[in-house]
Parts: sequence; structure tokens; C-alpha cells
Amino acid sequence: MTEIRKISKNIYEIPKEGIMKVPAKIFASESILENIKKDKSLEQIKNVACLPGIINYAIALPDAHQGYGFPIGGVAAFDVDKGIISPGGVGYDINCSVRLLKTNLTKKDVLEKQKEVVDALYRKIPSGVGRGSKYNISRSELNKLLESGAKYFVDKGLGEKEDYLHMEEEGCLKDARADRVSDRAIKRGIGQLGTLGAGNHFLEVQFVDEIFDEKVAKVLGIKKGQVTIMIHCGSRGLGHQVASDYIKLMEDEYGFANLPDRELINAPIKSKLGKDYYAAMCAAANFAFANKQLITHWIREELKYIFPKIKIDVVYDICHNIAKFEEHVIDGKSREVCIHRKGATRAFGPGRKEIPEDYRKIGQPVLIPGSMGTASYLLIGTKKAEELTFGSTVHGAGRISSRSKALKELRGEEIKAELKERGIEVQAGSIKSLAEEAPEAYKDIDDVVEVVHDLGISKKVARMKPMAVVKG
Amino acid sequence: MKRYKFLEHTADVKFQAFGKTIEDAFKNSAFALKETICDETEIKEKKKKTITIKQKDLESLLYGFLEEILYLLDAENFIISSITKIKIDKKFNLKATILGDKASDYEFTNPVKAVTYNDMFVRTEKEPDRRNPNKKVEFWRTQVVLDV
Repeated sequence: MTEIRKISKNIYEIPKEGIMKVPAKIFASESILENIKKDKSLEQIKNVACLPGIINYAIALPDAHQGYGFPIGGVAAFDVDKGIISPGGVGYDINCSVRLLKTNLTKKDVLEKQKEVVDALYRKIPSGVGRGSKYNISRSELNKLLESGAKYFVDKGLGEKEDYLHMEEEGCLKDARADRVSDRAIKRGIGQLGTLGAGNHFLEVQFVDEIFDEKVAKVLGIKKGQVTIMIHCGSRGLGHQVASDYIKLMEDEYGFANLPDRELINAPIKSKLGKDYYAAMCAAANFAFANKQLITHWIREELKYIFPKIKIDVVYDICHNIAKFEEHVIDGKSREVCIHRKGATRAFGPGRKEIPEDYRKIGQPVLIPGSMGTASYLLIGTKKAEELTFGSTVHGAGRISSRSKALKELRGEEIKAELKERGIEVQAGSIKSLAEEAPEAYKDIDDVVEVVHDLGISKKVARMKPMAVVKG
Repeated sequence: MKRYKFLEHTADVKFQAFGKTIEDAFKNSAFALKETICDETEIKEKKKKTITIKQKDLESLLYGFLEEILYLLDAENFIISSITKIKIDKKFNLKATILGDKASDYEFTNPVKAVTYNDMFVRTEKEPDRRNPNKKVEFWRTQVVLDV
């Protein structure tokens, strides 16, 4: 039985034991912790605490649930010299991420044309298999895209400079190397540009239903009743293959006999393999940024037919599954560390140079999508997050019941009808996927957001409610 | 013998597959993956693919085999229907012939992102023989978690 000590309100610790190099900290309310205890999340975060070069403590956030290798909602920082980088600490869907767009439309504008909007977006933006990419790209151009991210499409006229300026890392991880991405990964991704993918990925038209912080909302250009659009997707087959490829290479090089979970395979940050994985991971992350840029362009194009005077701007774009090198204060001294965020979001406070200039005084925007049909949140990063969680916060509601259980209990058609009754139009590639992503399969987003707000690792700015959902 | 079954998992899809031979267990693992990808959509047998994989142990061989099915779907627009031949040798070489069709001719959205090593195993177990309960027969069991 794992010993869990309460440190203070919403903070728990699993003391160092056995081969753990550091303790693990769980940031959760009492009731959320009870949910987290039900699956293998705690075992998995203890495994993370055993990895070489881990600094201070392994972190499980309130949205934590069982993953593979690292839990989802897991954060860990590693020493750049003695530490490791792990594909299982990033996830297969590299840079699975969220982009928030703001429009000059009001809730009423969309309500009048709700069905038209959802149908147009569903037609234009392919979600999954058999509805592959509508954008043809050559190998050499894809290589350029992998090294330039969102900027690739902006340079082609599919977007504005302000778009990528308002993204984490300005929509491009600079250390990307296309030649570190295998031929197999390229072949899986080349036909998937501009596709949403299935599973928990979605495109949602929302309206701002509540503002919690007027001052910050004003800086971000967000007001009550305004229509926003949220895109949630990742690096598609390309990213999944990059992860698989490097897991194999690392196993061949280092073996896995001593690992409690084969998905915890890793390489020293300073090793050739560690560097190669990082360069390939950055390339996959850039695919995801570019992917969302193309989707953004298509949304602009498509909605212009319905709303000729529409203007759409990027509020922000954040990574969920990523490893990055960042400056953090460790034992009173600022130094570079390698942060793994798996199903977690960066949440830097005011002043950091990584934050877009026009937002720098308020902090970094944090986007937390709810499950299908529930509210999503816009929050702002804090100094407290930098102190407590290496500048990290939650990425979503976090799952509670299993997908197969969700399938048995909730039928897709019923969910669609129920959402319609609540004023939400849905178009999905598969009715089954509706059941799998039903709100009942997730923790309550409001509870999760309350905990991070209470902890101060990000602060509530606005809440958005869905009006139209497009799903894979 | 049941071909495969799905188990409870918080976020991902977990299954076990069975077979009297290792080949059958691998085949049934592929069918569990197929069901996760396209539910009960009936896929025609219009195209043929040959898979050859060399790996270092049974788990990585299964991982590689299932990953190849995902690869064929993404890269070659090919969705599996059946497996006509499959051979696995003691040096962890796998050779299989797969029949299937053009994926874009069907309506399904593949939720599977990747095969994972999490909780994976490929092993033999013994169960009482149905005809002679005093005798035990050996069978293969695999377990896989898919990232969805």
C-alpha cells in the first residue's frame, strides 16, 4: 500500500521509498485524489520518481489518470547532464495540443446558423480515416514544414504573422530536424495534414459564458457572449511513429530489463539517441502546429461563406504532450532543465520571455478543454506554478471510467440527442466515438479547474460553452 | 476458445487474445486491433499485403506486427480483413499474408494512435482439456494496451 501524506490543502506527497530518487507530489482535492487512487496513476508516478536525474519531485496533477509509462497529467523535470529523455514521458501523440481562436461574432450570430456552421466545418475538415488530407505536399516541402511549424503555412499566405506569435514557442520548436524522422513516420503523416484525427480530438464552436478576470480577459481580447473556436489535435500518424521508432532504438541501445514498465524506456539527454529523439520529437511537434494552422485557415475560409464579415484571431496555442528545455529556479538558482509534460500544460507567470509580448504582463494563457458537451476554460499562468509545478497545470478534465464501460452504458445516438436538447449541434465521424467521449467518462472539469485555481498554479479568466462540435 | 476479449481501462483500450498456437494468438490480436479501428465494419478481401518482421522477443514481435497494421492504414490506405498465412519462428521472425481493402472506401474513424508496451505480454498457459479434464492443454495468451 502506497503511503500518501497530506502536505497542505490540495497537496499530497508519496515519500521516497525503495528505488525512488525523489518523492512524488499529487496536486488534487480529497475527492479527486480518491478517483486517482482507483487506477494505476500513483504506481506510475512512483515509477517516474525512479528515473535518473529527476529533480525535486515527480508530479501528478488533478487531471491525472492511468497512462503508459508516465501517467497522463504527469510532469517531471530532469537534470540536463545526468537526466534522461523518454518517449513514454511525452506520449505517442506528440504535441497533442489546443488552439483557441476568437471571433468578432456573438452567440446570437451563430445560434441562428448553428446547423449550417457545424455541417460546413465537418465537410471541410477531415477527421479520420477514409477522409484523408485535402492538402497535397511533397516530401521536400514536408521536410521544410517539420522544421518551421505553423510559420510554414503563414509564409504561404495561409495565416498571419500574429497567428504564430500567439503560440507556445511561436508555433515552432527550433531544434527540430526533419532528417531525424524516419521514412515510415513521413509516410504515415504525409497524407494526414489538416486532418483532425479521432479519439478525443475535436473542433468546437463556443461562446464565452462567464468572465472571471475582466482585466486579463481584456488584454486577451475576450468578452462575454463572444464566439470562440477551439481546435484539439496532434501530430497524427507521424508523431505516433516517431515515438514507436525511438522506443525501439532506445531498447536496442539500452535494454529494458530493469524497467518496471517497458514504456519508461529512455536515453540520457546528452546521448546521441537522446538528442536524435528530441530533434525528431520537435519535428513532430511542428507537424502538429502546422496541422492546426492549416485547419485554422480552412475554418477562416469556410466561415467566411456564412459570415462574410467574420474576423478570426489566434488567442493562444499550447502543447499537452511535450518535452522541453526551460529555465527554472531549483534550490534558489535558475538553471536549464528538461521538462516532460504528458497530458499537462505549461503555465508560466508574468514576465517570462517565452510569453508573447502583448501578453507578457499578465502571464501565459492556459487553455483547458472540457469533455464533449461541457465547458472549456481559459486560464492564466502564474509565478506560483513556476514555484510548485515547474510552471505546469492541467490539460483537461481527465478520464474516470473506462472507454469500454462508457460504451456499454451510453449510446452514441442518445448522447447526440441529449446534446442537441441542450443546444449543442454535433457531427461525428463515428457514432461510437461519441459514446467513448461522452462527458460522463470524464471528471468534472469545473472541479478540476477549481483545484488549480485554488492552488494558484493557474487562475481562471473565462469559461466557454460549446454550441457546435465536430468530432473524428 | 474465445478469440479475444476487451478489458477495463481508464483511458485506453486493453485486450487479451488467445490461440492454440502462437500464430493464432497473434492473428486474434490483429483482429482485436481491427475491431478497435473499425468496429464491426465488414471489410472486403480485395488487396493482399505481405508483412515480414524481425524482432528481439515475442512482445516486440507482437508490437511490430500490430504497428505494421496501423502503418498500412495510415501510409497505404489499407484496412485489414483477414490473415491467410502467418508463420513465426524461434528467432522471432514473422511472416504473414494479409487480405484487406482500400480504407477510404469505408466509413469509419480509426481512434487508435499507437500500440504500447504497457502491461504487454505474450505467454503460454495451461487449461484443463475439455474432453479429458485430468489432462491439461497448453494455449497462448497475449495482452495489449492501445493508445487511443
